[in-house]
Amino acid sequence: MNKSELIEALADDIKVPIREAASITNTIIDAMSDALAREESIEIRGFGSFVVKEYESYTGRNPKTGEKIQVSPKKLPFFKVGKDLREQVNENRLKKNKK
Amino acid sequence: MTLTKADLVQEVYKNHPNLTKAQATQSVEAFLGISKASLITGYDLLLSGFGKFNVKDKKARRGRNPQTGDELTLEARRVVTFKPSGILRSKINGE
Repeated sequence: MNKSELIEALADDIKVPIREAASITNTIIDAMSDALAREESIEIRGFGSFVVKEYESYTGRNPKTGEKIQVSPKKLPFFKVGKDLREQVNENRLKKNKK
Repeated sequence: MTLTKADLVQEVYKNHPNLTKAQATQSVEAFLGISKASLITGYDLLLSGFGKFNVKDKKARRGRNPQTGDELTLEARRVVTFKPSGILRSKINGE
């Protein structure tokens, strides 16, 4: 499912025009992105949580050429799926085949 | 600070003056419900500009309890992984 399909489903679900559903979707996604950009974590019960991890600079290698490269410090977001969702996704493994 | 569902509701309410608080709550619940339904039925969820939630089937494998070192069999299972978009990565790194 992509963002426009989600927007359509949302418009249908809460009975608002597509334009409004798109705007609500963007508000939610922006709020989450902004929180992570401020290095805040996100905790959505029943869905999952996000944390931002910070990495120091390190010397890595280009896996193709073996050439040494200096990797700059960086921050990356990590997602941990919530218990309910994790269980439901796994339970459905045998019921329905993917795609 | 941690962003919660209540914060998302507040954001939607603030940015959409035509919605009541109840409607803002309903819209956040619906957004999460639709997202979860996609993953539960085995479909990846791509939120462009944010990231992609992948549904992956893992094979059974032998593992160890990291605390005791005991060998155990991890059963085949389906998991959700998240890959942040380039836009989100740049934003977090202040680029």
